[in-house]
Amino acid sequence: MKRDTLVWTLLMVVGAAALFGRAVFTTDGMGREYVEAVPVGADGQQIQFQASTYGAFLAAQAADPNQTDIQFSLPRSIGLWIAALFTLAILSFLYGDNPFYRIAEAIVVGVSAAYWMAVGFWTVIVPNLLAKIAPGMIQGWAMPGLTGPEADQNLWYVVPMILGVMLLWRLAPTGAWISRWPLAFIIGTTAGLRMIAFLHGDFLAQIRNSIVPLVVLTQEGFDLSASLTNLIAVVGVLCCLAYFFFSFEHKGMVGHAAQAGIWILMITFGAAFGYTVMGRIALVAIRLEFLLDDWLWLIDPIGRRVA
Amino acid sequence: MKRSVPLLITAVGGFALIVAYFIPYTEALGETVAVWFDILAAIAFILGGGNLLKQHLKKISDRGPGWGYSGVVIGSFLITLFIGLSKVGVPPLAEFPDFAWSGDFIGIGTPFWFIYQYAFVPLTATMFAMLAFYIASAAFRAFRAKNLEAILLLGTAFIILLGRTFAGVALTNWIDPTGPFAGLRIENLTVYIMSVFNTVGNRAIMIGIALGIVAVSLKVLLGVDRSYLGKE
Repeated sequence: MKRDTLVWTLLMVVGAAALFGRAVFTTDGMGREYVEAVPVGADGQQIQFQASTYGAFLAAQAADPNQTDIQFSLPRSIGLWIAALFTLAILSFLYGDNPFYRIAEAIVVGVSAAYWMAVGFWTVIVPNLLAKIAPGMIQGWAMPGLTGPEADQNLWYVVPMILGVMLLWRLAPTGAWISRWPLAFIIGTTAGLRMIAFLHGDFLAQIRNSIVPLVVLTQEGFDLSASLTNLIAVVGVLCCLAYFFFSFEHKGMVGHAAQAGIWILMITFGAAFGYTVMGRIALVAIRLEFLLDDWLWLIDPIGRRVA
Repeated sequence: MKRSVPLLITAVGGFALIVAYFIPYTEALGETVAVWFDILAAIAFILGGGNLLKQHLKKISDRGPGWGYSGVVIGSFLITLFIGLSKVGVPPLAEFPDFAWSGDFIGIGTPFWFIYQYAFVPLTATMFAMLAFYIASAAFRAFRAKNLEAILLLGTAFIILLGRTFAGVALTNWIDPTGPFAGLRIENLTVYIMSVFNTVGNRAIMIGIALGIVAVSLKVLLGVDRSYLGKE
């Protein structure tokens, strides 16, 4: 065994032993989930288990030691441990490629693909396709609340169904060209939708927002700060557009404007970069908080384990 | 047949939506086509899942490198799909107790919710979180303040990063927040950069993107750009 591997194996064993010891031999506890039974429905006959906290459990136990409203949840506790181990498996890639990361990566791929398929089936294909073609059948099966105009049969929806079958033809060994028809429909409708949406929502809206008074007058008189801001906004947009405009050579006045446009764009990219980094760091913080708070119970920033 | 019909479908589908926007009588047509688009997008997920299965089964069959991981992909895919599609452990809706399939497939406490909550969310969130390290490392290696443009980019990123941290804000706490130099406090500087310079830059970029999309859309709809049909 290589020295490097030996060190990491020892670290893992010590870490696992510490976790085991903390979970079993100390009173601090860790990695447990609690749920609260909440009656739902018109008559309150059905019970839904909603997430609760160890602190709420302790408070409820102190009030009534025989209470069962808030209780320990084994399935959710197992889920929490699985989530923590998945998090560690992905983070292990920071050290280097390893089998734990590869397994977690494979699970991401499989679960994501199946998740979006199931979501697409239950949120789009059932209500928007099957319920239009065979509303009676869908009403008696998965959508008993389907009533009114929504429950009317619309056989035009056979067209997207046929296009869908043609799209799936791509998986067949021959006749892949058949999938071009639905693909053409997707491309065409995307182009039509996006063209209008971007013209209306971005192009016109951004131009409209750029046309602002360069001299801002308020009740107190001339507002230098607002005027300066508006001036920067108008001139800045024009300079950036000059940089994007390639029909003229960037020389003379156009060249100077384009250069100023580059400076503004660099500031924009810097801000975008800063925000992206901060967003990712926030995600890291959330994952670490999950490990240290939800799983290990080493920190308790919002007092969830205080009775 | 193989190329003409798709070109016609593209043009009719696209222009129908454009026309529908301008003629109130055809608004319903536009909405219908948009729903058809959603349906095809959902079916495309099935195509994606089928393709995933096909590729990984082939890898297992060929005993290609890392074929064991392909087994994990297929296993997690099939288990999640079965639980999601067959609504395993999903109780019926409280108002329709006689309809066994009426429940919410991702309702709290259901097995599919468990997969989402304890596998999908932590795995994907940690994947994205790891990008923080790679962005920082790539930036450290690539960014050099050797000209004015690079200095502007680095300086802005530095101010924005500082402005979002407690320590960064504490650096300029000594400047009087009501005085004439209050704008130089890191938190105010960050807000000013974001609301003025960043807005201006993004505005120009969005105008450029919109014009680009219009140009590309017209090329596609008029059949000038046929790259999506492939070579055959």
